[in-house]
Order: sequence, then structure tokens, then C-alpha cells
Amino acid sequence: MNIPNTLLGLLEPEPSHGYELKRAYDLRFGSDKPLKFGQVYATLGRLERDGRIEVCGVEHGSGPDRKRYAITPDGVTVLDRWLAEPEAPEPHLQSVLFAKVVLALVSGRPADRFLDEQRAAHLARMRELTSVRRAGDLGHALVADYALFHLEADLRWIDVTESRLDQLGAEVRA
Amino acid sequence: MSAPPVERPPLLAARGVTRSFGATEALRGADVDVGAGEIVALMGPSGSGKSTLLHCMAGILTPDAGEVWFDGARVDAMSDRTRTELRRERFGFVFQFGQLVPELSAIENVALPLLLAGRPRARALGEAAPWFERLGLGGLERRRPGELSGGEGQRVAMARALISGPDVVFADEPTGSLDSLAGERVMDLLVDTAREEGSTVVLVTHDPRVAAYADRDVVVRDGRALARVPA
Repeated sequence: MNIPNTLLGLLEPEPSHGYELKRAYDLRFGSDKPLKFGQVYATLGRLERDGRIEVCGVEHGSGPDRKRYAITPDGVTVLDRWLAEPEAPEPHLQSVLFAKVVLALVSGRPADRFLDEQRAAHLARMRELTSVRRAGDLGHALVADYALFHLEADLRWIDVTESRLDQLGAEVRA
Repeated sequence: MSAPPVERPPLLAARGVTRSFGATEALRGADVDVGAGEIVALMGPSGSGKSTLLHCMAGILTPDAGEVWFDGARVDAMSDRTRTELRRERFGFVFQFGQLVPELSAIENVALPLLLAGRPRARALGEAAPWFERLGLGGLERRRPGELSGGEGQRVAMARALISGPDVVFADEPTGSLDSLAGERVMDLLVDTAREEGSTVVLVTHDPRVAAYADRDVVVRDGRALARVPA
């Protein structure tokens, strides 16, 4: 999971605090593995250092000061690129693919186009693996088969998700 | 200075092809180019229009609008008779089900295109015989289709599709009724044989493992084709 870019995606609609970002992340993506506070603040610190977010306000309360962060134009550029790029096809992609789809829908980006690009990347990898399987001995063929079956499962998920984008969009924007 | 690459027109092309069945629009302006010697997979969910597109490209169905080109000629504008000749002489077909003639032996089924083209029986059977060894069917020549396994039947159908040396083989879910190992064998042989013979293949499949045998895929969705350049 690419936590920095996911936080950028959550921050893009409106400025937010570290605590709110952690809650939003955990709610959408962290049911299996919630973010630790230290991880959130360290990531926000790096994003600020790299110019992808900036502090747009500080609230003084009874506890420590709370910084309010906003995404910068550089941050939007990074997010744009990340959300448009297919991930390298490999096993166990589901969390990042799902995050990209949700963030694209929340921000009004073309989630269907991303899924089309991802499908094309998967099929291209499947063609390579099919060539390996046909050229190699049984051992190589079975290793390639293992990867092919995983990619096939991803593709089925991509197809199902694409057919339900309208519904998912309504759900995540509600 | 080297010469610029020569742009060759596609061997087979669909241009803005539409086709409805009653009130159902199966194709809504599909465009596909297929180069000579290419193996192209048309993919998509059920009802996406991929089989209708293959049938239009193969001259089995006539589009309501749009054009189908093969080797510089408009297939959609041909007379029924010319189109039938084109299909018999330059195209080969492999379908999912029920394509072998049950009353004929396997070797007679393979020889059928030659017999229909007027070839003497002994010569046609002589030309069919080597295909049995080539496709791993040795010894099954005299069997009837009902005595063959699904995979053997598909390989007989493939031999029949290839025996006339077609320019294009159209395959509609050729492994759809087979288990995965029998399906792989059919695809291995289809791809190898098409390459050896120099045939172009247009393949319809919903199965990405089958599509991965192709040089590239074209996704058909809602009656339109989303062509992709290979990565």
C-alpha cells in the first residue's frame, strides 16, 4: 500500500488534520491494518518536506497545537500521476487497486479509464507469462501458471468492479 | 539513411460496424484492424458484442451499417454467393460446439472443405491424413465425432479449419467447452499451426488465459471495440 499517496488522495478534497486523516484512512482502507499515529505524522512530515502538502492553519487548544494540512499543486500532480498509472501486475495488489478506484471516484477522476489501463497491463503480463510457459519445461510452466492464475483473479475483480462503478461511486460519495 | 517503414494496410478491418437483433443493439460502431499474420483476441463480457463482431468480420452476418474490409475488398458489400466463396476458400472456422458432422468419420470431417471445393475423395482424404499426426490425433481417423473427447473433437475441427490454408482463422470460444489442460493443448496447437501456416487468427474469448496466447487483445464493451497497442 502506498500510504503517502493515499493520504494525498484523502487530503485533496479539503484541508485536514493528522487525526482526521488517520480516521478516514482506517475507515476506508485500514480495517485489517489501521495506521499508527506515528506513521501518519511521519508521513505528513515527509510530504510537507517534499512540497506535496503545506500547513494552512494551526489550532491552539488544551493539548498540543493541531496543524491543518492542504495539498499543494505539486501534490496534486503526484496524485494525478499515481492514480492514472497501472500498478506492476503482481500478486496481492487488491488493497492498492481498491484504494485507487475509491480515490478516483471520490475526486471525480475517471476510475474506468484506470481500470482499463490496469486490465491492459495485466493482459500484457499474462502474454509474457504465456510465452514463458510455452517455451519452458514443466517446472517453469507451473511457476508461470501460478502467476497467471493470480492475475486472472485480479482481472475478474477488475471486471466486476468496473461493472459496479456507478454504485460504488454513489456509496463512497455519500 | 534507412527507408521509412512501409505502412501496410490491415488484412482485415471493421469500420464503424453496427448490428442489431430486433431492439437489441449488439454492435454500435465497432472498429478493429487486424494485420496479416497477427493473432488478435476479441475479449469482453457476455453480451458485449464480441461474437457478433467476429461474425460480421467473417462475412457470416451482414452489418446494418459500417464496412468490413478483407484484402482490399468490401466484404459487407459482396453478394451472398461471393461471400460464401470467400468464407470457403480463404477463411477457416472453429466454434465452441456442434461443428463436426456426426455421420462422418473424423478424417472425412477434416477433408470436408476440400470435398465441398470439388476435390476427388481419395485426394482429399490423402491431404487430411497428415493433420492427424500433426495435431496429436494419430489413430483416430476412423472415429465418429461422438467417439472423440471434447479436446480431440476441437482438434479435428481445427484441422478442418486449417486444411485449405486459409488466410484467416476465426475461432469463437474454441476452448469454451474444454477443461483447462485440453484447452491449453488446443490453444498451443492453434497458435503453433497458424504461425507455421502464416494464417491470421481472430479469436473470441471471455477467458484471459486464452487471450494471452494472442499478440494483442481488443476489448469489446457495449458494442464498441477498445483497441490497444501491445505493451
